[in-house]
Amino acid sequence: MRLSSLQYAVRDAFRSLKRNKVMSMASMATVAISLLILGCAWLLVLNTQYLATTMESELEINAYLQLDVPRDKALAMKKQLESLTGVAQVTFVPKEEGLKLLEERFGKDTDLLKALGGNNPLPDMYRLKTKEAPQVPLVAEEVAKIQEIEKVRYGQGMVEKLLALTNWLRSVGVVVIIAVGLAAVFLIATTIRLTVFARRREIGIMKLVGATNWYIRWPFFLEGMFIGLTGALIAVGTLHFFYSELVKNIALTINFLPIMTDKAMLYEVYQYLFIIGTALGAMGSAISLHRFLKV
Amino acid sequence: MIQLFNVSKTYEGEVKVEALRDINLHIKRGEFVFLVGPSGAGKSTLTRLMIREELPSKGQILVDNRSLLRMKEREVPYFRRKIGFIFQDFRLLMERTVYENVAFAMEAIEAPSSVVRERVPAVLELVGLKDKLTAYPHQLSGGQQQRVCIARAIVNNPLLIIADEPTGNLDPDTSWEIMNLLLAINKRGTTIVTATHDKEMVDRIKRRVIALQNGRIVRDEERGGYQA
Repeated sequence: MRLSSLQYAVRDAFRSLKRNKVMSMASMATVAISLLILGCAWLLVLNTQYLATTMESELEINAYLQLDVPRDKALAMKKQLESLTGVAQVTFVPKEEGLKLLEERFGKDTDLLKALGGNNPLPDMYRLKTKEAPQVPLVAEEVAKIQEIEKVRYGQGMVEKLLALTNWLRSVGVVVIIAVGLAAVFLIATTIRLTVFARRREIGIMKLVGATNWYIRWPFFLEGMFIGLTGALIAVGTLHFFYSELVKNIALTINFLPIMTDKAMLYEVYQYLFIIGTALGAMGSAISLHRFLKV
Repeated sequence: MIQLFNVSKTYEGEVKVEALRDINLHIKRGEFVFLVGPSGAGKSTLTRLMIREELPSKGQILVDNRSLLRMKEREVPYFRRKIGFIFQDFRLLMERTVYENVAFAMEAIEAPSSVVRERVPAVLELVGLKDKLTAYPHQLSGGQQQRVCIARAIVNNPLLIIADEPTGNLDPDTSWEIMNLLLAINKRGTTIVTATHDKEMVDRIKRRVIALQNGRIVRDEERGGYQA
């Protein structure tokens, strides 16, 4: 394609946009809304995943020993526990330390040992970390089989629930996005169809004087892509503004809630929104051109 | 320039219409040809076949030594660039100026803008509209609009001009001006095929006349008149 032809196509595309101002803006708004929903869902999924990983990394197994296991035997078990597959770290927590931790939780001034009549009722304990979160239940099961272990505890179900939530969010998101995306494509297709009708005389003459099909199609594609791109711009702008505000507010008020602030990841989301917006526009144009422009 | 061999065109439908029957025709380069005949005789069908807007049901058509039947769909635009069109209803773009209407035809075949800027005013001067460049079609008379249409037809230097009733909507004096313009273009070597009902014009100009009736050629005369 010649440079001047591109110039003509751009000029004609903008001429059409101006002529169908209301429709063009409605299409841009639809694209913006669908991309905004997509962006929100995406950020939500990213954040849930982030939350899951944060929680997972803090997840550990507490294995309580039988009360009558002698200390030397208890210490010797460390090797056995470390040899289990998937175990990353094993820490021994003797009952004295367990009591201290308990006292800390109740308050500095309490003397639990005294209250209990000088008798520590706590068992010795091993604290295990796994290499990966999904291994937690498996490792816990293995540990429970050991004779000297009385009881095994970990955040049963928490990880599973969180991961399930992520998956659920993702599938709901996909459905919503497809629905809204289709609406956007449909509206763009309608806009382009109006343009095609408005320009059908022009197109007829173009064909007669020997314009190639692609020369005729280009302005319509550009128009659709421009609508998509503008919609994406609005969506990304809005999303960025509100997400930044959200991050700021969460940092101020509920700072223990982990929130994704990775710039690179955010920009990747924005970048995809731009690509998807433009693609939606091109798709809408293609549908209209295919159906209404027999070239 | 144009050769038709045993060309027939039948429109299938509820009622079968035989628009053209067994046409054999040879139009040489540089000729000026009138197509005459009553409405429905097949004049328009014939011109539509020549520019490959339609394909014949039977027979072979060669334009500029190329078979229109064997031409691929994507080659059609390039073929059309060799042909200029003039219509009874002008088919100008009403929301564009005279200049833009003519430039449009050059842009459509992807001419560089520098060439467009140079050639469009020159062609409009040739048809006598050099002071109407920025006017809109509705500000012009019928004859002037037809001149714009002619400028658009010749701006890409076609080998052949097909005119469908070019003077159909014009008064006699204006018709005569338009016809003179076409004759002048013909003198520069462009083949011109004109479908017309304008009896006086045909009789006066005395060029080749091909008369159609019921889809057949009933007369083909050099220097003919509207009627035999």
